Order: sequence, then C-alpha cells, then structure tokens
Amino acid sequence: MSRYRIAVHIVPRRGILDPQGKTVADALHTLGFGSVRDVHVGRHIVVNLEARDQKAAEQSTRDMCERLLANPVTEDFEIASVEAT
Amino acid sequence: MKFGIVTFPGSNCDYDAYQAVVEKLGEDATFLWHKDHDLQESDVIVLPGGFSYGDYLRAGAIARFSPVMQDVIGFAKRGGPVLAICNGFQIACEAGLLPGALLRNTSLKFVCETVRLRVETTDTMFTNRYERGAVLRIPIAHGDGRYTADDATLDKLEGEGRVVFRYLGGPGDADEWWSPNGSMRSIAGIVNDAGNVLGMMPHPERAVDPLLGSEDGLGIFESMLARVTA
Repeated sequence: MSRYRIAVHIVPRRGILDPQGKTVADALHTLGFGSVRDVHVGRHIVVNLEARDQKAAEQSTRDMCERLLANPVTEDFEIASVEAT
Repeated sequence: MKFGIVTFPGSNCDYDAYQAVVEKLGEDATFLWHKDHDLQESDVIVLPGGFSYGDYLRAGAIARFSPVMQDVIGFAKRGGPVLAICNGFQIACEAGLLPGALLRNTSLKFVCETVRLRVETTDTMFTNRYERGAVLRIPIAHGDGRYTADDATLDKLEGEGRVVFRYLGGPGDADEWWSPNGSMRSIAGIVNDAGNVLGMMPHPERAVDPLLGSEDGLGIFESMLARVTA
C-alpha cells in the first residue's frame, strides 16, 4: 500500500445561485478588478489515505465525494491534485 | 400515541418539540439518542431543529449517516410518519427522504423572525386540521434555508400537490409569495411522494401557545394525531 495526499475542489453547480460568489465578485469589482466575470466559492478538502496505487486512491476519493463530501443535487467536485507521500 | 424525538449532538429544538407534544398535545414523547438503533416503538419520528454536528461540511450531511438515521430511513420507507423541522429538513434532504437541498440564505445572514405561511394543501397527514389557504404565523431561525431543486423536481412537487407551505408576503402585509431565504418558488415545506415525510424550515413546535406569540403550529401535531390514531 502507498500513501497519497489528494485535494478535492467542491463548487456550487453551474446555474445554481451562489450568493457568496456574487458578493465576492462585487467586492473585487469595487477594488477595481473590472476584468472579473464571476466568482464561485466552494470548499477545498485534503484527504490523506492509503491505497494500492494512484488509480485506486482516486477512485476511492471519488466515492467519498459522491457519498459524503459533495451534495450531488447542488455541487460538482473535481480532484485538484494527487501526490504520493 | 408516542412521538420519538431524535437528539443529535447539536440538536437544540428537541426539548421544544417534547414540550409541544407532552404539554400542548397531551401525548407521549421520548428522546431517541443518535447512537442507538432503537426507535422505542414510536408512532411518529421528529427530526428536530438545531445544528447537528455543528453543520460541518453541509447542514445535515453528517447526521444523515448517524446510527439512528438508518432506522429512521427504514421507518420512513415503511410509511412511518416523520416530521422534519429546520435542521431536520436539511437532514431529511441529505438522507434522500425528500428531494432537493437547503443552501445558504441568499442574504448570507441568519434569519430569525416570525413569518407568515400559507397552507397550500390540507390533503396530508400533517395539515388535515387546517383550512386550505389558511395563513399561519410561525417563526423561522436558520442560516441555510434556501430550498433548491431543479425545475423538473419543482414542477413535480407542485403538480402532485406536495408543496405544503409557502412563505407569504414580506415585511409588509402584501399577499404575495415571498422568500426570507431565497427559496425557489417560496417553498417553506414539502412532503415526499408517499406523503409520510414532511420537511419544513419554520418551527411549528415554537408556535404552540399564546405565550410564545402564536399557537398556529399546533395544528400540525393535531393533524398527525388525528391521522395516526384514526
């Protein structure tokens, strides 16, 4: 078994009202960052785990996202990085 | 009739529900500990308000996997009545007992106030003692109450008469749909397709006595009593 450090990004599904993202975007506009089109605020979760190989580690993390870490009704997730540790 | 009220770590409306059942309805109630697999032969399950597991990850996301919830899910699938209030509504959605999800209020603020609710259907085991179109005064207290679902789900809920309560009017007295939290189509409460699980963000257990400012919530408990003991 090897150890992995996997980071997951969870963001509101496109099309779902994201008042936090909109508030941050408005604040960025106020600061003069006029080029900002939109902002989405989500969660960044880091999981340290043991797995047979990288593929198994990623599959396990995807299962975690589908069952608990993300809400399939309102959120999308993506594996942001995988590191062997 | 016996109400089983689930206590999760962080529940804070379990005693309010207990008082409503025992003192105002005059029925039995018992607390069900989240770690037990024992519903103590309850006739009705109440998932109370609060902040189970500190709302960590998402409101209701962790509570949904607690031991007692596996029994509550089985009870609900067999047709047992479940009243899911506030955090209970969030837990019921996370558990898949009800469609949709409850997201952060559009205002990003916790809202704590008495709102007006319109009874959209009396054809449920939770609202048979009200009149259709009746306007109730019941408090809300939540930060994550924005009911969200896709259009197909919302159309289905409306088409099947499963939207039970809607928020009415705003700070004034205008009789129009309103939403204190950004809920889609002003939805405050829904039932599942079998009609035995009610999820609602407002707190009927906090509106059962004139001393509390309203007793409009008692009808939900009376409706359940009328149906379950019929």
